[in-house]
Amino acid sequence: MNSNQDTIAAISTGTGSAGIGIIRISGPDAVGTAASLFVSATGKDLRTAEASKMYYGRIRNPQDDSVIDEVLIVKMNGPHSYTAEDVVEINCHGGIVPTRRILELVLAQGVRHADPGEFTKRAFLNGRIDLTQAESVMDVITAKSEKALEISVGQLSGSLRDKIREIDSQIIDMLVLIESNLDYPEYEIEQLTNEKITSGIENARTLAQKILEYGRNSYLMREGVRTAIIGKPNVGKSSLLNLLLGEERAIVTDIPGTTRDVIHEAILIGDIPFVITDTAGIRETEDQVEKIGVERSLSAAESADLILFLRDASKDLDDDEAAVIGTLDRNKTIFIANKSDKAEDVSRETNWNYISVKTGEGIEDLKERMSRAVTGGSVEGSGNAVMLNERQENLLRQTIQRLDDARRAIDDGLSAEFYSVDLTEAGETLRQITGESLGEDVLDTIFERFCIGK
Amino acid sequence: MEYQAGDFDVIVIGAGHAGCEAALAAARKGLETLLLTINLDSVAMMPCNPAIGGTGKGQLVREIDALGGEMGRNIDATMIQVKMLNTGKGPAVHSLRAQADKKAYQQRMKEVIEHQEHLILRQQEAVELTAENGRITGVKVRTGAVYGCGACVIATGTYLKGKIFIGDVSYDGGPNGLFPAEELSGSLKDLGFPLQRFKTGTPARVDKKSLDFTKMIVQPGDEKIVPFSFENDRIDIEQVPCWLTYTNPEAHQIIMDNLDRSPLYTGDVTGIGPRYCPSIETKVMRFADKNRHQIFIEPEGLNTNEMYVQGMSSCLPEDVQIAVYRCVPGMEDVEFMRSAYAIEYDCIYPTDLTASLESKRIAGLFFAGQINGTSGYEEAGAQGIVAGINAADYVLGQEPLILSRADGYTGVLIDDIITKGTLEPYRMMTSRAEYRLLLRQDNADQRLTPLGREQGLISDERWEHFLAKQKQIDEEIYRLKHLIVKPGEASAKILESLSASPLQNGISFEELLRRPEITYENSRGLDPERPELSEWVTQQVEVRIKYDGYIKKQLQQVERFKKLERKRLPEQIDYSDIKGLRIEAAEKLTEIRPATMGQASRISGVSPADISVIQIYLESLKK
Ligand SMILES: Nc1nc2c(ncn2[C@@H]2O[C@H](COP(=O)(O)OP(=O)(O)OP(=O)(O)O)[C@@H](O)[C@H]2O)c(=O)[nH]1
Ligand SMILES: [Mg+2]
Repeated sequence: MNSNQDTIAAISTGTGSAGIGIIRISGPDAVGTAASLFVSATGKDLRTAEASKMYYGRIRNPQDDSVIDEVLIVKMNGPHSYTAEDVVEINCHGGIVPTRRILELVLAQGVRHADPGEFTKRAFLNGRIDLTQAESVMDVITAKSEKALEISVGQLSGSLRDKIREIDSQIIDMLVLIESNLDYPEYEIEQLTNEKITSGIENARTLAQKILEYGRNSYLMREGVRTAIIGKPNVGKSSLLNLLLGEERAIVTDIPGTTRDVIHEAILIGDIPFVITDTAGIRETEDQVEKIGVERSLSAAESADLILFLRDASKDLDDDEAAVIGTLDRNKTIFIANKSDKAEDVSRETNWNYISVKTGEGIEDLKERMSRAVTGGSVEGSGNAVMLNERQENLLRQTIQRLDDARRAIDDGLSAEFYSVDLTEAGETLRQITGESLGEDVLDTIFERFCIGK
Repeated sequence: MEYQAGDFDVIVIGAGHAGCEAALAAARKGLETLLLTINLDSVAMMPCNPAIGGTGKGQLVREIDALGGEMGRNIDATMIQVKMLNTGKGPAVHSLRAQADKKAYQQRMKEVIEHQEHLILRQQEAVELTAENGRITGVKVRTGAVYGCGACVIATGTYLKGKIFIGDVSYDGGPNGLFPAEELSGSLKDLGFPLQRFKTGTPARVDKKSLDFTKMIVQPGDEKIVPFSFENDRIDIEQVPCWLTYTNPEAHQIIMDNLDRSPLYTGDVTGIGPRYCPSIETKVMRFADKNRHQIFIEPEGLNTNEMYVQGMSSCLPEDVQIAVYRCVPGMEDVEFMRSAYAIEYDCIYPTDLTASLESKRIAGLFFAGQINGTSGYEEAGAQGIVAGINAADYVLGQEPLILSRADGYTGVLIDDIITKGTLEPYRMMTSRAEYRLLLRQDNADQRLTPLGREQGLISDERWEHFLAKQKQIDEEIYRLKHLIVKPGEASAKILESLSASPLQNGISFEELLRRPEITYENSRGLDPERPELSEWVTQQVEVRIKYDGYIKKQLQQVERFKKLERKRLPEQIDYSDIKGLRIEAAEKLTEIRPATMGQASRISGVSPADISVIQIYLESLKK
């Protein structure tokens, strides 16, 4: 085993199962770390517990003894695990918020947040995945990190991106002031003072803290993104819900008008909670029960954060559908043409997402569209709400820690070259959210702003 | 007529700051070395400012000295003023700078070279390099002599196709009125080296007797003179002052009125100049809101009237220069002795080099100094000693000396230019060193003297002295760790006098020393049994104890850095063949051909994911 490896953790939710978040920890300290947080219902210590067996209990913050969530926990001893290292998986049922808080707690014990694709990379480096799979491992890493970045840079909601930029320019300003004063002590340039830096730190910190709080308090995060599936009867709305859920929740028949009432179900896509609403198919009807159902569907669409509008790909849009589309808020709507399996020879329209619940075609893309709709800001949160994925949240939290380190150095009476170390790290951490590096920016700005040099 | 003029192990072309260090290092390693210079009177010449050291640069001088180089000793012997910069801040950014007597500096360096065993100094202009099977074999000079060699160091500074600009006047020329080297560029091109063109400039030298110092602000040296070389304990000299004055709106107006006569703005100078060394016309143009700029007047030596006018480099026409200078308080009647000029010259792309400063194209051919796109005497000297050592090691068939970013500013400098290249003359700055708190000028010997010793550049005597010093430091730290200071009237009184709070419990002296108000020196009263130690020692003790927390933090960063640095990349790796690697990254990697995974990770355009992909690719090759 790779003994010099550190221990890593991340939320892994490949399964899409309703409301469950899994925290995976891998590395030499995996068991020790989890054991220090886990209180088993039977009093069993995780260190001596049996491998590959599920244990029920609670995760408790050792600092204040507060209980975060009830969990199922399982440990796997290397090399009999995915990464061939010691691995612990913590399953929480309470949704994404407690899942993230547990991850936060795990990271606070000195565990490092995993890079995109890192579990797979370790599996390979430890001989768990064989040579023929090496290429796909490389693809996974590239794809995952590109996706992570894509989400970060391109899909950050406008307000979040602006806020990150604001913190970034605060940090750059501080570094420019520090470095210009350190490298050009004899020039008449803006004087470096502790006051300027402490207030810069305070500003940056407040901004970062605000983003974190918005993110966490946003009802989107707490209660999930309210998502309504609407469309004409029989287009496959209930089928889509069942597929996303991974279980047969709604009744599916080939009789139009099967679903009469609204059904809510919670699921996780990526690490974002969605509450999906299946609705009655919308059509002109004389049936009283169905009529009420249709009204409810339309009002569900109105109050939803996100709308999945479904039609049958094998049929042309009819007047009813066109009329409904006319009433929808397009910014929060994803247009989906289902049953693509039945429409192979029909030419595809670009603004529709073609899927087939039957064959699974287009489903992964749809999930991706859904999470991007949230992180990309098409979904309006309450007020200033911003959605952070857990990687972004973690980076932001680390940025704050580095800012605090800098602040402490100032209070300890240390001079600029010391807290410059912390501020540089703060800047580098923050920039991982946008995928840029800090390097030349500070020097460039110094020469732009100050007239220095012989 | 060509003739065979003899064989050498190492030939160094150019006897500037890089060439001198390179030649001395090779010869001191016992290799037969030939040092060629276009003019014997220009050995170790300082064609720009009359100072050695400064922020970032002072650290480089200490490093050269710690490796067994000459620059530190040379400036110690010829300084006429010295200042420790940044003393208001912590030890990591203290930087030493000394004004040199230029002629004395040159004279002493030339003398050292002349007396060096295995080293021959010869006035010859190199015109052609010869190579066979991709290895350097010799150097041809203008007179027709052909010298054979095992390795060669090119340290030609700004001489290659040098072109001088003074306003609308321009002509071929080297620095300081010397001849340029017209031929060697062509030979480098023939060997496959693409060249770029850089530009730099220097202000006028003016006659001291034409200046009115009563209108300027005196800038004396430090009371306490700190030497550069670890070999020197103290220096006693009579220091001479520098002077500060300012430009004014009248001067700026004249500049603005004559901009159309500056080749910088007419487009005649195409070379890229350094941003940190802007000409006065650039400053006035770019920072129009500033109504004055600082001007430092510095003596060029003890036995000359020439004064260097820092801050006034320019390539305005001579008549405009004089008019501008005469606006400045104290310079109303100034007489020029040498005019300000800009110089344009050929240099290579440093990404053509490995970390040993050997070219990737021709084995045994090394490059150092301004030819690599750097600026500054100190930057040149640091590259020079590394190139000289490695040229010698190449001939000896030994492993090259590679300095990493964690070893010193020299490592940072070399890694920066070979990994990222440079778009302007590269100057060292402390902010370029990410492990700045560890790379201090005060501990350069701890970092590098053991390496210098391995290379045979540190004498037995100096080595003994070094070991003794390290032992004293360790012992004193150990003693302070175990020395307990007790609370009570005696200690309270002393602490009060230092405006420090009294002790509640007994604490170790080490802990006490971590308090901001306490220094090793001012706490002497609490430590009556303190041994007599040199300042070199006590300074280390204090720094290591006081800044222990941050030193540890940086050591951890270094550990992380070294993990990737230890992973070597095979030379023959075909990046276009690695599936999953992004095209941009593959292209950059193919161009730079990094030696280690760490170097690869610092190439702009190569992401952490790319590094993972390469790692997996290499791993899969192994299996
Ligand atoms: N060929 C094919 N059939 C599908 C697909 N998705 C759903 N169906 C079928 O279409 C029929 C209707 O599916 P439902 O999910 O009940 O449709 P609905 O939109 O919920 O209908 P209402 O509840 O009546 O409004 C069922 O017979 C499904 O099996 C698909 O992608 N391709
Ligand atoms: Mg239904």
